Amino acid sequence: MTGARRLPEGGRIDRGTSLAFTFDGKPLQGHPGDTLASALLANGVTVVGRSFKYHRPRGLVGFGVEEPNALVTLGPGARTLANTQATMVELHQGLDARSQNRWPSLAFDVMAINGWASRFLAAGFYYKTFMWPPEAWTAFYEKVIRRAAGLGRASHEPDPDHYAKAHAFADILVVGAGPAGLMAALVAGRAGARVILVDEMPALGGRLRHTARAIDGSATTLWLEATLQELESLPNVRLLPRTSVFGAYDHGIMAAVERVSDHLPAETRGALPRQRYWQIQAKATILATGAIERGIALAGNDLPGVMLASAARAYLHEHAVVGGQRPVVFTTNPSGYVTALELMRAGVDVQAVVDPGPRVDNETVVALHEAGVQLYWHSTIEQAKGRGRVQGVVMADDVGGRREIACDQLLLSGGWNPTLHLTAHQGFRPHWDTKLQAFVPPADVGDITVVGAASGRFELENCLADGLNDAVALCRKLGFSAKTPTLPKLQENVPYTTTACFAVENASGGKAFVDLQNDVTVADLELAVREGYKSVEHAKRYTTHGMATDQGKTTGVVGHGVLAEILKRPVGEIGTTGYRPPYTAVAIGALAHHHRGQGFAPVRRTPLHDVQAKHGAVFFETGLWHRARYFPEAGEDMAAASRREVEAIRSTVGIADTTPLGKIELMGPDAQAFIERLYCNGFSTLKPGRARYGLMLREDGMVMDDGTVWCFAEGHFMITTTTANAAAVMSHIEFYHQYYWRELDVAYASVSEQWAGVAIAGPRSRELLQKLVDKPDLSDTAFPFMAVAEGRVGKVVCRIARISFSGERAFEIYVPAGYAADLYDRLMAEGAPLGIVPYGLEAMGTMRIEKGHVAGPELDGRTTPADLGLDRMQSRKKPHIGHALRDREGLLDPARPVLVGLKVVNAKHRLRAGAHLVPRGAEPIQSNDQGHVTSIAFSPSEGRYIALALLARGTDRHGQEVDAVFPLKKERVTVEVCAPCFVDPKGARLRG
Amino acid sequence: MRITCPYCGSRGSEEFTCLGNTPPARPADDAPVAAWVDFVYLRDNPRGPVTELWQHVQGCRTWLIVTRDTRTHTVAKVELASRATGR
Repeated sequence: MTGARRLPEGGRIDRGTSLAFTFDGKPLQGHPGDTLASALLANGVTVVGRSFKYHRPRGLVGFGVEEPNALVTLGPGARTLANTQATMVELHQGLDARSQNRWPSLAFDVMAINGWASRFLAAGFYYKTFMWPPEAWTAFYEKVIRRAAGLGRASHEPDPDHYAKAHAFADILVVGAGPAGLMAALVAGRAGARVILVDEMPALGGRLRHTARAIDGSATTLWLEATLQELESLPNVRLLPRTSVFGAYDHGIMAAVERVSDHLPAETRGALPRQRYWQIQAKATILATGAIERGIALAGNDLPGVMLASAARAYLHEHAVVGGQRPVVFTTNPSGYVTALELMRAGVDVQAVVDPGPRVDNETVVALHEAGVQLYWHSTIEQAKGRGRVQGVVMADDVGGRREIACDQLLLSGGWNPTLHLTAHQGFRPHWDTKLQAFVPPADVGDITVVGAASGRFELENCLADGLNDAVALCRKLGFSAKTPTLPKLQENVPYTTTACFAVENASGGKAFVDLQNDVTVADLELAVREGYKSVEHAKRYTTHGMATDQGKTTGVVGHGVLAEILKRPVGEIGTTGYRPPYTAVAIGALAHHHRGQGFAPVRRTPLHDVQAKHGAVFFETGLWHRARYFPEAGEDMAAASRREVEAIRSTVGIADTTPLGKIELMGPDAQAFIERLYCNGFSTLKPGRARYGLMLREDGMVMDDGTVWCFAEGHFMITTTTANAAAVMSHIEFYHQYYWRELDVAYASVSEQWAGVAIAGPRSRELLQKLVDKPDLSDTAFPFMAVAEGRVGKVVCRIARISFSGERAFEIYVPAGYAADLYDRLMAEGAPLGIVPYGLEAMGTMRIEKGHVAGPELDGRTTPADLGLDRMQSRKKPHIGHALRDREGLLDPARPVLVGLKVVNAKHRLRAGAHLVPRGAEPIQSNDQGHVTSIAFSPSEGRYIALALLARGTDRHGQEVDAVFPLKKERVTVEVCAPCFVDPKGARLRG
Repeated sequence: MRITCPYCGSRGSEEFTCLGNTPPARPADDAPVAAWVDFVYLRDNPRGPVTELWQHVQGCRTWLIVTRDTRTHTVAKVELASRATGR
């Protein structure tokens, strides 16, 4: 029988409605307004989990985000959510929660044997034990550790929920809606500033909701209700409850996650996202994040029934739930007394209040005394005793006396830690305040204003005053005229005083926990120091104290205090460890928000997408583009279809979508001079009506991109780029003109999306195109190879060039994007009598490899024009980007891999791109590596697999045989080296 | 991070791309190879203020010179690259 129960009246729960939920399969009842934690307590459930390392039974310690023990798994199937704090889960009908880290059951757990073996599991256990032999790590240790360690288990199924993201802008962001935050938001809201007020709890009010004190002579509740009502009525104030600001980032950006529908049963969420990720940009941030109470390390302090005093008070006021009937309060500061008094007034029989410090008289102390509660000063609790839960405590007074007090709960208040995490995220180191016995934010925390308890001013009157005064000052600074309202009146002001007390020594030998979540004891910290881990950062990592989700919320300062005692140095001198985002756990789904599945990347389709689909295209993704790959006829696979497409183009005509090529228009008197500098080959002789192939280099002499330059008139050009580099080349051009050569009189714009078109390739391409194009005359004499012109298809303007990627007589034609589908349809219709085929990227790739045209796999950023056999293109007469470094010794080394062609010796063999080239029969090791295969294709002309490759001294090795090895697949194929051109080396077909 | 584009105002850094620290002045066309090697490869990596080249690619596409402190990420100055000296 436990003392946890629901009181007959009080609390902010809807007693008229019952909610059914299960814990470890057991059906239980709660009310709207309950959290899973409060509902468990109300049902008398005091063991909520097993600890991380020793598998000790653990109960609720906290009320909110500080809870270290009550980590549960929620939900069935794909909605399984592990390691969720029961204190942060709002109860709903049908909630299914399960305890963790226990097998077979919470009451009996076989791994609790770790507790008996605990002297072998002390600090650094993993580092010391699993050392030898090294191969045992992957074979054995890692598997065992992975099974034994960790808490909950993820579902391994795709997340069925969806998440949203929002950007918000404000004048003032107020983090935390306790007394200080509410006051600040009210002042700023009234002044007309755009205010966002966020709070991690479902209801705003913070610790104002957990006090019986009166404000302005009436219950706090009334002041709170009036304040919230006014805030809700202000159109310039946005209230975000259930929202945790988890990180502070550069330039005042705060990241937050809103739990939009976590509190609803999954089937009633409708279209709501589960959570929303917020990026909030405010001109100023007011941090009113309050403070978190800390415990005290003493023997048995992990027994179920040991709770933070503030949590007991919160459960009382919020849910009318108590965790015990006869608690003892061990406190270093006034708040423990207030908790004792409020519990007394609710009918709880407080056994004693024990304080290590001196007597301080105030109204609370007097009232407790009058109520008959035993009060002990200069005394400590040395040990909590009991089997499975607290049944008594051992108290030591200041003259060496000891006595046992029977009780069913031990409430601890070791002092308060300002919640300063967000200030520390930006690198502002907290400093130790000896009077408060706590780390507080430094005076300068950038654009953040810290108010109330978060700054170490714990008293309610100071919280309200800070919120008011600092908001007034900030509003005025931002240009809002804020009136100073009068401060609400409060009863007696009890200044916060505290006594340093982090751990209590004891002779019982019982474990005194510093960190409940990671099972770190005072003895572990002592061991770490003995073994030389004296810095807080080292001790933290060696013992794992303050790690994981706790991030120092309840345990950090206790650990630092204990370390300071062991090292006999002041806490302020040993400092604190870093605080890192996220402050609370954040679902990866929320960070990914819409960027998953279809939303992961935008889809780019050309204006010819649908018309190609109509003609049977199979599409695939290249970068963001979805491009036609091949056009299968009945019964054809990709190899058969693309082979047929190639053969048709080499004998009649085919068309392919070339829209994704980058297209940039350049105009101006200096356009030609600019182009001269951008490309390594000469363009000064390029005349209107002509196109030229061009190579762009980087400053280091490597090839950056290739394409064609079309000259329509003096000072009017269009250049094409590879699809992959379309954006990069545009930025490159903008950079060189804006930064280096702004004196050049040239203007340019990307026209990639304005002009869409096709390549028309094959011996009968001219015949087909001339049917559609009224002008120009496309005859070989009037429009020879590399001619360009602007013309007309009916009434539609077009741009035509006679250029060829396929090696056949071919044209590229572009029309304004909206007319492209019509052009494609007309070409298909007019070409039907000629035997036209639509072709895709596979056929295009095959033909360019047969011709030895380089593309992405060869232009990999490590090849020079000489490597690609294009050395003759490089102009020695003009300066251009890359001219200075192209002749470096290493780049002229004759042993560099250069472009060659390869054919498999055995026509039945396949080749694989990425295969490495080694001498015949040589081991596939780096010292034998002579190059690699860049692009492969099945060549219909050769009747076998061919490839382009980069091979050391390749030019001198035509006719030799080498092996292409692919060790991952254990493949070795013998290939013959040849010139990188398999079809029409003289170019008669493309000119004819 | 936020960057105040001279044309577009204060915008999120996700709208920009960074090319890196501003290079030393581009050597004359006929400068020795050593000068070009320094220009292409040598950069300081100071702890403190640096000038960097950023482009507002998702905005006006202007190239900018951003003076940023590597310790704090504070942006002290944003100028148009086309007005810069010492290129």
